[in-house]
This record gives sequence, structure tokens and C-alpha cells, in this order.
Amino acid sequence: MNESHPLPLADWLLAMADDQLILAHRNSEWIGHAPILEEDIALANIAQDELGHAMVLYELHAALTGADPDALAFFRDTAAYRSAQFVEQPKGDWAFTMLRQYLFDAAEMALLTRLVDSAYAPLAQAAAKMRNEELYHYRHSSVWLQRLGRGTAESHQRTQAALDALWPLAGQLFAPLPGDALLVAAGVIPPAAAWQEAWEEVVRPFLIACNLTIPAQTAPPPADRARHSPHLAPLLAEMQQVARFDPEAAW
Amino acid sequence: MKQERIWQALNEVADPEIPVVSLVEMGIVREARLDGDDAVTVVITPTFSGCPALHVMRQEIEAKMRALGFAQVTVETTLHPPWSSDWISDAARQKLKAFGLAPPPQHNGRIELTFLAPVACPYCDSTNTGVKNNFGSTLCRAIHYCYACQQPFEQFKAL
Repeated sequence: MNESHPLPLADWLLAMADDQLILAHRNSEWIGHAPILEEDIALANIAQDELGHAMVLYELHAALTGADPDALAFFRDTAAYRSAQFVEQPKGDWAFTMLRQYLFDAAEMALLTRLVDSAYAPLAQAAAKMRNEELYHYRHSSVWLQRLGRGTAESHQRTQAALDALWPLAGQLFAPLPGDALLVAAGVIPPAAAWQEAWEEVVRPFLIACNLTIPAQTAPPPADRARHSPHLAPLLAEMQQVARFDPEAAW
Repeated sequence: MKQERIWQALNEVADPEIPVVSLVEMGIVREARLDGDDAVTVVITPTFSGCPALHVMRQEIEAKMRALGFAQVTVETTLHPPWSSDWISDAARQKLKAFGLAPPPQHNGRIELTFLAPVACPYCDSTNTGVKNNFGSTLCRAIHYCYACQQPFEQFKAL
């Protein structure tokens, strides 16, 4: 076993959980600000589901390491987070939020569909649970993306701009972590390349059908999950503010 | 005998978000195990994994079991098998409908297929209805509108 990664599964679960938590927080920023009331409610629900998925993954991590899930969320500094820069980006406009949600939902569906066969039973069981909930997100963001991409000139232009900004970052969602080879060999997680390929097979034709142009990947996506965009620190400062103000508080 | 009393008591614990049905009728309580004379373990499973009512359910189950005389009560959560809306009992479906909440369609594991199924209005039974929002006031509800009786209504989502 690799000395520097005594618990590759714990590392992997932490990265996946952090993506869910940070995206949940970004989506929650729309509460009270969404373009229509129905979408305010929908985004709040989706954020709450992602938060639930983060909790499930933190608990799986905690079962291996003894960590406290609440402490993982509220008392870790930027450098200890393992979120991808894709989910850290500010929420942007509605097109940016929906495009990111669609790309993320499709990635999650592709992952969960494979994880239900994981050799690690607790992960396989959690995946089966999360997949059923994810169906609702995936459908919602898919419908929105069609409306935005094929809607007005302005909605199309904004959605294309979002794709141009997000596509180069999306690859990091799949980028293998240093300890992943062991997990893949043991049948615990799918190979990163197969996961990404399955995702592209779904999203490429769909984006084209939405009248969008997929930008060329001119540089490799960020790979190291210990390096963050400048947007994570302010997000954590806000998200962790109350918990850190009174760490002993109970509610 | 003791098992029977435990389940009877559990069946009195109402769903915190839908108080007309019990946690047992909703299929949320999976198991009750006696561990000796004064200890019991109750296993529950969440409907949606982000359900914020879980801690209330735990507290209420614990209080109910203590009232039955158990000194030691453990409430465990499991995700396996994943909760299915197909587990909601027929009696509970009737109660949901009377509460104004359209019951979820049976899906036998194919949730995708229910997305296109017509939803009957819980007030007038018309299927001349349309979905207004796949997300509602709680994680488990969607918002529909009945064109026959001009009423908005909520549906318990298939899961």
C-alpha cells in the first residue's frame, strides 16, 4: 500500500463529499434570489439533497477514520478541503448555475450507476439510495438546459458563455486521486477514464442538441484537489461562520 | 407479545412532516430488536437521504420506547435496502389522499417511468392535471395543478 495514502478510500470519499457540500452551498445562495418562486423552491430542494449526499459520504469517510462529519464540514480550513474548482466557482447567472448543475448531475448519474456494483458494500448501498434521488435533479437540469440553449438569443449566449467557462474545469471532477489505482483494482470505484467517457457519451450529444458548441480543451484541467480557486476561502468563511462563532453550541 | 406492543407503540409515532400517517405505515421503521429485558434497538431508513425530519423521528421513537419501559433505546439508521415509496401501505395512501397529498404511483423500481404517468387530483380524482414543479415544500413533494377543479395540490413523489 502507498505509504502516503494509508486510506485511499477515505481520501476518495472526502473528495466526493466535498464536491457535494460545496455545490450544495452554491445552490443555496439562490434561496430568495431565484428568477421565479418555483425555481427558488427547486434549487433549495436540490441543495438539500446534495447536502444529504455529502452527509452520507462524510459518514462513510468517518466510519473509516473516526472523524466527525460536522467537524469535517465546519472546522476544516481551505487547504484541507478536497473540492474541485468546478464546484467552487461563484454561482454566476441562472445559465451558469443550470449548466454547472447539468454537467454535475450527469457526472453523478454516471458515477452512481457504476458504484451500485462497488465491491465495498456500504458504498454500493449508499449509491443505490442516492441514484434514485439524483434522477429528479438530472431531469430538472436537463429540461432547463434545453430551454436556455434553444431559447432566446440572450439565453443561448449566456449558456454558451457558461459552457466556455466551465468545460475546461469539468475534467477535474474525474481526475484520479493518488490512491485510486488500488481502489479500482479492488473493484471499489470505477476507473476514472471509464467514468469520464460514460459522462461524455451522454453530455456531448445533449449539449449539441441544445445548440451549444463544446469548446476545445486547450489546457489540462486542474488536477490537484489540494489547490483551490480563490473562491473557496470566502465561501468557507461564510458557511463556517456560525459554527465557528460558538463551537460548543448545540441545536 | 412484547414485539407486538413495541410495533403497536411505533405505529403511534406520526411522520413529523405528514402527521396523518405513522412511521410504520410509511415503511420508515424497518426493524425492532429486543436486546435483553430493558433494551431495544429500532432500525429506521430515511425517505430522502437529506430529510431534515430524521432527528425528530429518532427523538420521538426514543421517547415512545422509554414510555414502554425500556431503559436503553438505540435508534439505528440504514440505507439498505433504499426506502421505496412502494412500501407505503394502502391505508396510508388513503390517508395521504384525504390529507390533500396525491399518493405516489407504484413503480417497481422504475421511477423514470412514473414521470410521464398522469397524477389524479386528491380532491376531485380528475387526471386532467399538470405538474407545476417537481420540487415542493419538502424533499418528498411535488406541486401539481388540477384543471378540472382549479386547485393546486401536492403529490408525494415516487422514490
